[in-house]
Amino acid sequence: MSVALNGEKKDVGAEITIRNLLFKEKIKVHDYVTVQVNGEIISSKDYDSFVIKDGDEVEFLYFMGGGR
Amino acid sequence: MKITFKKSDYDLIVQHSREALPNEACGLLGGVLEQDGTHAVRRVYTLTNTDASPYHFSMSPSEQFAAVKNIRENGWKLIGNFHSHPETPARPSDEDKRLAFDASLSYLILSLSTENPVLKAFRIENGNASETEILILN
Ligand SMILES: [Zn+2]
Repeated sequence: MSVALNGEKKDVGAEITIRNLLFKEKIKVHDYVTVQVNGEIISSKDYDSFVIKDGDEVEFLYFMGGGR
Repeated sequence: MKITFKKSDYDLIVQHSREALPNEACGLLGGVLEQDGTHAVRRVYTLTNTDASPYHFSMSPSEQFAAVKNIRENGWKLIGNFHSHPETPARPSDEDKRLAFDASLSYLILSLSTENPVLKAFRIENGNASETEILILN
């Protein structure tokens, strides 16, 4: 199945959880990644259970912040 | 490895950062990666600091997503971000470095601690920051 990952069409095999898609994409710091699926921001506590389906639009962003 | 932008984009960063005082301000930079590795800014996106703090910033995730989509629609790339230091010099703090996850970005810091603002750019990799040149074009 294919999804739009950060705007690019990508074949990800079968249905996959957000957690495993992050691993597959070699994203390391999952606690600092914000994920949007079809325009909705998904809570990080759902990364293990939320399943990405064919045709979904998935966006990843690194948290951006800092402090003195 | 330098970063270039128009005077009007520089002015927008200063204006947004002054308006946010006493809190830190933040935003994203959309642009193009030139062949020699230069980051050429095409648009500055001013974002909400959801921490609303003089000492910390977190970019609003929904505004980040919207900005990144606009960047993509224009055929640009996310090439960097900026935040302000209301009372401290323009250098990345330990936390700024720890939370810089994307080594491909330019990290800009605007210090407002002096009468004339000071803007500096850095690449940050594995917690190490190196300053890069900024060129402001007319
Ligand atoms: Zn900072």
